[in-house]
Amino acid sequence: MRRLVLFVPLFIFVVMGGLFWKGLQLDPTELPSALLDKPVPEFTLPSLQDGNRMLTQKDLQGKAALVNVWATWCPTCKQEHAQLNKIAREEGVVIYGINYKDDRGAAKEWLRRYRDPYALNIYDEEGTLGLDLGVYGAPETYVLDAQGIIRYKHVGAVTEKVWSKLRTVMQQISTKSQG
Amino acid sequence: MVEVAYCNAANFYKVSGVSMRLLIVVFTLLFSMVASATIDTYEFKDDVSRERFQQLTNELRCPKCQNQNLAGSNSPIASDLRREIYRMVSAGENDDQIVDFMVTRYGEFVLYRPRVTESTWVLWYGPFVLLAIGAVVILLLTRKRKKTNVIDKTLNDQDQVRLATLLDKGKDK
Repeated sequence: MRRLVLFVPLFIFVVMGGLFWKGLQLDPTELPSALLDKPVPEFTLPSLQDGNRMLTQKDLQGKAALVNVWATWCPTCKQEHAQLNKIAREEGVVIYGINYKDDRGAAKEWLRRYRDPYALNIYDEEGTLGLDLGVYGAPETYVLDAQGIIRYKHVGAVTEKVWSKLRTVMQQISTKSQG
Repeated sequence: MVEVAYCNAANFYKVSGVSMRLLIVVFTLLFSMVASATIDTYEFKDDVSRERFQQLTNELRCPKCQNQNLAGSNSPIASDLRREIYRMVSAGENDDQIVDFMVTRYGEFVLYRPRVTESTWVLWYGPFVLLAIGAVVILLLTRKRKKTNVIDKTLNDQDQVRLATLLDKGKDK
């Protein structure tokens, strides 16, 4: 019995070491979205292309879709833009854009130059919708179901690998709504 | 991802071959810069509002620069959130409402002082449990030691003789 007691510090060390090792694998910059499984917050904001056209959260409903928060000042957004174009054009996925704290002219020019993957673009000049969505670093991409409920959130560029994850989430949503 | 650049507010200074005095001056400057990393010009209607604003921005974490609070972060999102908190403080909303506003958007994560809920019990009460365990262990160890460490200070006859001879030998020298 006394012998076993001597092993207690070793045991504690192994447990702590295991926990720290696990902790090192985690990415602390990945935050769980507080809005998961909640509807897109209410908003009334102009369209990027047409300043007179007002868009609301209802415009994002009807079909499972991606919502992409982007801006021309964000280099990672440029990096993922080709992938978004590919997703929209080749796979026919609906992508809604939120142009976050940007300049309208620059944003329009960007879409002319690099092509426009977005079905709609919300012009969020003040970042109010971004604030309500809990955006903390563009680009961010959300998966919405047909009812406009947020099902998944990704922070950072949409790469091929990320898209395959998002695609799986979207497929799960569509099978769930059918069943 | 651009905002990462704003997180490293503390600049790196190369100091080599300088006197201790200069080193101290440089370090003092470094710290003063960190302390005054963000200066907003907000006007408050009274001191209570200002204190509440300072308290809230000190206790809420910047979602982008995770090791900084809202008061100390230079990132654009932190400045947006400071503006938002200022707006709410000025509008007379209470602390709970403002904290709720932050939590519904960014999650419990933004609270530097977590709420006492079932999931944070370990966090809040764990140290006291550990303290209690430590106290019990110390108590048990000291008790055991008291029992085993009682030394018989009386000498038997044989030892008395030995002692006397040893002392005598000392005297001779």
